[in-house]
Amino acid sequence: MMSYLSVPRSVLLSGAFLSAFVLSAAAQQSAEPPAAAQQSTTPPAAQAPAAGAPPPAGTAASPTLPPGSPLIGRPAGNDAAAKLAPIAPPPIPAAPDKLPTAKLKVPAGFNIEVYAAGMANARSLALGDKGTVFVGSRLVDKVYAIVNKDGKREVKVLASGLYRPNGVAFKDGTLYIAELSKISKIEKVEDNLDNPPKPTVIFDKLPKDEAHGWKFIAIGPDNKLYAPVGQPGNNVLNDDEHGLIRRMNFDGSDAEVIVRGVRHTVGFDWHPETKQLYFTDNGRDWMSEDVPEDELNRITKVGEHFGAPFCLQGNIVDPEFGWGKSCSEYTAPVGLLGPHSAALGMRFYTGNMFPKAYKNAAIIARHGSWNRSRKVGGDVVVAKLNKDGTMKSMEPFLTGFLEDNKYIGRPVDVLQMKDGSLLVSDDYNGAVYRITYGKPKTAGKS
Amino acid sequence: MRYTFVAALAFASISFSANAEPIEQRIAPCLACHGEKGQSETENTPSLGGQQAPYTLIQLFMFREKLRVFEPMNEMTKALTDDDLRLFSDFIAKMPKPEPPGENGDPARMQRGQALVRQHRCDSCHNGDLSGKENVPRIANQREDYLAKTLGEYKDNSRHGYDASMADVMAPISPEQIADLAYYIARLR
Repeated sequence: MMSYLSVPRSVLLSGAFLSAFVLSAAAQQSAEPPAAAQQSTTPPAAQAPAAGAPPPAGTAASPTLPPGSPLIGRPAGNDAAAKLAPIAPPPIPAAPDKLPTAKLKVPAGFNIEVYAAGMANARSLALGDKGTVFVGSRLVDKVYAIVNKDGKREVKVLASGLYRPNGVAFKDGTLYIAELSKISKIEKVEDNLDNPPKPTVIFDKLPKDEAHGWKFIAIGPDNKLYAPVGQPGNNVLNDDEHGLIRRMNFDGSDAEVIVRGVRHTVGFDWHPETKQLYFTDNGRDWMSEDVPEDELNRITKVGEHFGAPFCLQGNIVDPEFGWGKSCSEYTAPVGLLGPHSAALGMRFYTGNMFPKAYKNAAIIARHGSWNRSRKVGGDVVVAKLNKDGTMKSMEPFLTGFLEDNKYIGRPVDVLQMKDGSLLVSDDYNGAVYRITYGKPKTAGKS
Repeated sequence: MRYTFVAALAFASISFSANAEPIEQRIAPCLACHGEKGQSETENTPSLGGQQAPYTLIQLFMFREKLRVFEPMNEMTKALTDDDLRLFSDFIAKMPKPEPPGENGDPARMQRGQALVRQHRCDSCHNGDLSGKENVPRIANQREDYLAKTLGEYKDNSRHGYDASMADVMAPISPEQIADLAYYIARLR
């Protein structure tokens, strides 16, 4: 039984371990070339002091941004660390009969089936008013539409030629698509699934960094479109244009940054009762196998700073950038989601199909770690909350994607359907599964 | 070189229309440019021998879907099925890996190249001997001109790569350093 407390026990121990780490981090820092200032993507205002210099207190805006390679920070001369690198999924989606569905496990009383397959690199999910499921991608150029008509499902390519179109959101007939550095829309999309117009851009004042540049988007109860910008590298300082969540009107106007210190969120949703925004955030790599953990965060007011890159998981000052800082300066997470687990898509469950215990719980897809010898995640978990909105428990919900420390699938996003069933996307196999509770019914009748 | 491509394309259209042919015959047009024994003799065209099958599969997929744009390859792959892509990738992985050039490289340049490989941790993903693993390609003893061209394309992001990790790696590396890297990797023993 997997169960996590929201506050880790070993903070004192980690202090001893950190001091050892700082030495090697400092040694590496001096070996880095100071060439980052020549980066074309760095705005002129950000080309100030050298990467190794301590940033002036309170201003994350001025320092030079080193390049964003995931390998920055890897300890030198360590064989176990040298084996770790990001995992790329196969390019070709698995055929429906080759999907690992039979190996996937859900709690007693739940069922899982394939909802649709054949969508290379299926990532974020959005639901249309007429039951169409929209699916973004990151490594290919496509947004797909899963059309549900008379009990038969069909996958259409809705748009192609896009650049890392990870984010999709739907409101009042319009589909919003977030590419690496722009957000666009297709109006009346469900009336034009066979011959959709090209997306029209609503917002493109966004940096073009590849590292953590792909975006999750969603629409809030305040009728604003929310879009993040990740930190442009594993552990780097952020200028004004990075490490944030922004909201805007549906035409891209009145865009405002609402929070900072966000390293890389790829999933968020609003609590059904408090209407507060909860978001997952991926912790930094190469600090250790076990810390920091990924975070579940909650925004209680505009202007909050969630710590990155100065404070990690709410209680560890970063060995590199945390000097002169204290975690008390930043908003702490309401829950921890496992080291390197890559917690991505999350939604609160509001349906009536699942048992009452799931009502208003956060269902979170953990894509699974790469920066850890023994993999963590590659599952969907249920996070239940305390009355004060902090995380009470985290329990497995969908498992079986991890076999002999290798992925046979990787969940990215979850989406509640109108009948209360839950869809789960898998970018490793290019598929979407459907989880139901109770006597199995054919999905077509949903 | 253009002449070779045209000949290869003509060849290709014949072989794709008769898929019952053995792989050795179907792959012949590819090897006309890429080298029959895994080692390319053609300018700016990579050696394929011993290449990691998952990497080749990704590249063939990207060529077919025009996610990587190079017209002759987009043309060669456009009629291939998913199974064809797997077949070609698996066959290429079993071809003999390319050999380093006969003469030893200039020691100063070799030393600079080696230092750059260490500094930028190429060996972390590409393996200690630069033989690659899974989706990360074998680069050891690849053609120097192709290495230099490719590193330059990753640097200016005209070649995005599948997951864009190379664009980030290349950002701080200068054109002179690219030349040294390519020189060293091509001659690695």
